[in-house]
Amino acid sequence: MSDLNVMTAAEMAATKAAVMDQVPGPEIQGQSPLHHADLDSLAKVGPKQGGVHLREHKLLGHLTLRLNPENDDQLAAAERVLGVALPLQPLTSVENGSYSVRWMSPDEWLILVPGLEAFDVESKFRDEMGGHYSLVNSSGGSTVLELSGPDVVELLKRCTPIDLHPKLFPVGKVVSTVFAKSSAIIRRTGEQRFELVIRRSFSDYIWLWLQETSREFGLVVKV
Amino acid sequence: MFHIYCPHCAEYREEEEFHAAGQAHIARPLDPEACSDKEWGEYMFFRKNPRGIHHELWVHAAGCRKFFNMTRDTQSYEIKEVYKIGEKPSVVAE
Ligand SMILES: [Zn+2]
Repeated sequence: MSDLNVMTAAEMAATKAAVMDQVPGPEIQGQSPLHHADLDSLAKVGPKQGGVHLREHKLLGHLTLRLNPENDDQLAAAERVLGVALPLQPLTSVENGSYSVRWMSPDEWLILVPGLEAFDVESKFRDEMGGHYSLVNSSGGSTVLELSGPDVVELLKRCTPIDLHPKLFPVGKVVSTVFAKSSAIIRRTGEQRFELVIRRSFSDYIWLWLQETSREFGLVVKV
Repeated sequence: MFHIYCPHCAEYREEEEFHAAGQAHIARPLDPEACSDKEWGEYMFFRKNPRGIHHELWVHAAGCRKFFNMTRDTQSYEIKEVYKIGEKPSVVAE
């Protein structure tokens, strides 16, 4: 069998996957999995004071990249596309402007980019990278919640078994874990700010769960 | 409740993030067509059930979703070690 990671230019071109722009034109409005919750209205009429703040970062581009972390060519190609090297240390993340990259597994990363740039970034990967790798646009499959505020750690302690002490869970750390009776990818983006990547099919459940669980602290929905 | 060290994430996590996937180190017959029914049946269905040291396959299901091996004492529930797929256990039954 030939080595999949050493290819001629022609072989590389032949492996190029078809890439489709999943974002329709501006005439069709995309809807987040929490569209029905109408967070924008809640932000206007809801409480302005509380221990937990919630904001949805909707309709971002979610790209799952899998490659061989020992393949320097692929690592270099990813760095050319993202402008930053893939984090190889377990449970770490990096950012470059509006791009963010999370270590998910020794050979898997979750990349978030602005929704309208996902197709562009995907196409660049296809141009830059060769060999045996996988890039999947899973933007429609999940959404992102930002949780912050003075009681955010107390809230998360009620949701996940992960130890959130700053010594064990510093800013930039990312874990994939159980969350309530669902799962979430949790990243610390500030001392009292966390990012949750949650699944579309569980987003309503998690939204209801967060409202219930944050009741004792007060929940402030933000735009 | 186990506190399990994932060798891929390189930290301890709660048991509820993991699933046990049965006995480790079961080699699939290289030529299934050449197996007798007995050989194939033993590969498919027959598993050890030791009292004491046992090598098990686990998956970090809610975390990195990678498989790894664990040596565990089925009597005391003590986890002796975890090691990656392809590695050999250092703790074995006498
Ligand atoms: Zn793991």
